[in-house]
Amino acid sequence: MILSPRRLFLGLVSGLLTLVSVSAVVPSSALNALRSVGPEGQGHEAAQKAWPLVAAAPAKDLPQLLAAMDGANDYAMNWIRTAIEAVVQREIGSGGTLPVASLESFLKDTRHNPRARRLAFDLIRRADPRAADGLVPGFLNDPGNDLRREAVDRLVADAGKQVATDKAAARDTYRKALQSAREADQIESIAKTLGDLGEKVDLPQTFGWVTRWKLIGPFDNTGNRGFTQAYPPETVVDPKAEYPGKSGPVRWVDAEAQGDYGIVDFNKPFGALKEVAGYAVAEFVSDKARPAEIRLGCKNGWKVWLNGKFLFGRDEYHTGAEIDQFRLPVQLRAGTNVLLVKCTQNEQVEDWTKEWEFQLRVTDAQGTPIRSSR
Amino acid sequence: MNLRHLPLTGLLGLLLTGPVVAADWMQFRGPDGNGVSPDAQLPRTLDAQSVVWTADLPGRGVSSPIVVRDRVFVTSTSGPRNAELRVLCFALSDGHLIWERQFWATGRTMTHEKISGATPTAVSDGEHVFALFSSNDCAALDLDGNLLWYRGLGKDYPNANNSLGMSSSLAIADGTLVAQVESQSESFTAGLDPATGRNRWRIERPRTSNWTSPVVFRDPEGRTLVLLLSSNGLVAVDARDGSRVWSHDDKGSTVPSVTASGGRLYVPSNGLTVLEPVAGAKPKSVWRSTQLRTGTPSPVVLGNRVFLLNDGGILSCGDATDGKRLWQLRLDGPFSATPVVAGGLLYCVNEKGLVQVVDPSKPEGERVSTLPLGQTVIATPSIASNSLFVRSDGRLWRIGRASPL
Repeated sequence: MILSPRRLFLGLVSGLLTLVSVSAVVPSSALNALRSVGPEGQGHEAAQKAWPLVAAAPAKDLPQLLAAMDGANDYAMNWIRTAIEAVVQREIGSGGTLPVASLESFLKDTRHNPRARRLAFDLIRRADPRAADGLVPGFLNDPGNDLRREAVDRLVADAGKQVATDKAAARDTYRKALQSAREADQIESIAKTLGDLGEKVDLPQTFGWVTRWKLIGPFDNTGNRGFTQAYPPETVVDPKAEYPGKSGPVRWVDAEAQGDYGIVDFNKPFGALKEVAGYAVAEFVSDKARPAEIRLGCKNGWKVWLNGKFLFGRDEYHTGAEIDQFRLPVQLRAGTNVLLVKCTQNEQVEDWTKEWEFQLRVTDAQGTPIRSSR
Repeated sequence: MNLRHLPLTGLLGLLLTGPVVAADWMQFRGPDGNGVSPDAQLPRTLDAQSVVWTADLPGRGVSSPIVVRDRVFVTSTSGPRNAELRVLCFALSDGHLIWERQFWATGRTMTHEKISGATPTAVSDGEHVFALFSSNDCAALDLDGNLLWYRGLGKDYPNANNSLGMSSSLAIADGTLVAQVESQSESFTAGLDPATGRNRWRIERPRTSNWTSPVVFRDPEGRTLVLLLSSNGLVAVDARDGSRVWSHDDKGSTVPSVTASGGRLYVPSNGLTVLEPVAGAKPKSVWRSTQLRTGTPSPVVLGNRVFLLNDGGILSCGDATDGKRLWQLRLDGPFSATPVVAGGLLYCVNEKGLVQVVDPSKPEGERVSTLPLGQTVIATPSIASNSLFVRSDGRLWRIGRASPL
């Protein structure tokens, strides 16, 4: 046992608060202090005072602590989570039990924060594994991916058992799992297994890649200076325009995303070039105004605009790409939206640096593809 | 010690815990950040009986364990996209899990498959553990798992990350927590207040991929410097405010780190470059050897010998005074982990989990014993309480002597 002054203080606070707060609720001011932390250490001093008060809460208050995650920012989520873990550690360590019934009620209320609900599930599983196990099938269409994954994995396991005796039934089960899967690793795994069972999955359709583009390039990116250079397409997208490029006039050309993974390849129309920049533009028609995410995979430098508004960009080269590598929250407007992607290639000449490409899809926050209605 | 001046809480702590164990290993590469334990004695001959205990670990991780008093701390990541960040605390005595805290990553978690979101090694000031992850999330906890603060550096500075992963370990320099966060798209090194997590200073750094770790060094003028190595060279900044003190503008490594020993700096740069900081001037270049090259592991210095281990397993010994290569010994590779030193012996763990003990006092060096752990090991081991601590993704080993605390 080690006691530093701060730990001694925390221990005394914890002990005293436990004595007086067994039936009390956590002070809302303490929870608010945790919820008020922000970037660069904002609110830390107040949160440091509040954290021991929250961590001293009785286990019966766990749903209240979980509910404090509703609407909380990413920083605050972690402050609250550690307090919850401290509560659980103390309760379990002292031979107590967790309030499974009230945690289950919290879990089933899908208005709560998906991560908080996942944490509630983990607490239930810790306290009563059998009860947790019985909840899993109900997560198949859950709004929280962390819970949904559990149900998809369960279906995949069920399908795996069916393969030896009834391949048709197994395919049905895999198909059902695929329908609910929202994360790339699960989608790819299920699609591969279905392929092994003789059923090809339409991956471009499943992922919902944006496939119809117009490309223009090459512009100069010598010394990576083209990344910050605003070439004409950043000002106006005119499909009929012609601009001076790196080695002569350049015009927009039609391009179709290729393969299962919706790759938009600049090398195809322009050649395997180095130190160049290109742009891709696509129209995306939404039947209504709605929140969405633009999800990009790219191992080149890139910038993305939606309807003329710059979203984000980074000039990192050839360190890898994956599906949904970058997620950009956006608001789609009803009707035609214009997606503009700038993709830059650097000076490296190794074989593994040839790619000058990206993949892009539009989804909801959970990863369900939103497809252009035209 | 004059007990009259000891605060009551400190006195209570002393009475309850006994004297602090001198041989804590509270950061990457140990007390002096150079891989050498000043006082530990490990078995020369390792065998299955040398394993004091093992503990299971969740998820993945290639950070080193750190040992603070009677506790061993390990970081891991798990879950989809390795977005669950974990800090685990084990009992030094028997390896039982004392507590665990988990966090949701606020920054990007994509890494190369060889490493993981838990690649940077945590650091401790003896009272707290500061854990950094590849996502640039940084958690500060006391030794009982109470949260001190939580920073999402990856969220605060969203372009400072690398799709191959980030690996620079934390350091504490003159009471400032140093986080080196360097990548192509955004690069900085920050000095954080350990008490609040707020920035004390933040300096721009070269926008290049960089996986080296900061090294703390006290210069001849008594200043505490933070040494930052990148492909652009070596820069020394003042730990108090991040101001540049000097630079060595030559091409530097981006994976192995600087080793400071005996007032000299052994820099992976054009092979190995040795610098000697002097008062009031730029450091003096002592020697350079293109024959002494390392791979992923950082240099190790023992007395007047310097050791370089390349990824394939060739251990080179050089004369630390002039850089002359003295001998080479082929070990079973490949290696990612930096060797650590105790009792004049080198403890080298290859990626296959084979611990190899080398006696460098023999004329050509000699591998004197081995211990297969049977799992992939990327992490640099740690030494404390006369024991070697090795971690794979899924297991933590205490190897050596279970000495009383």
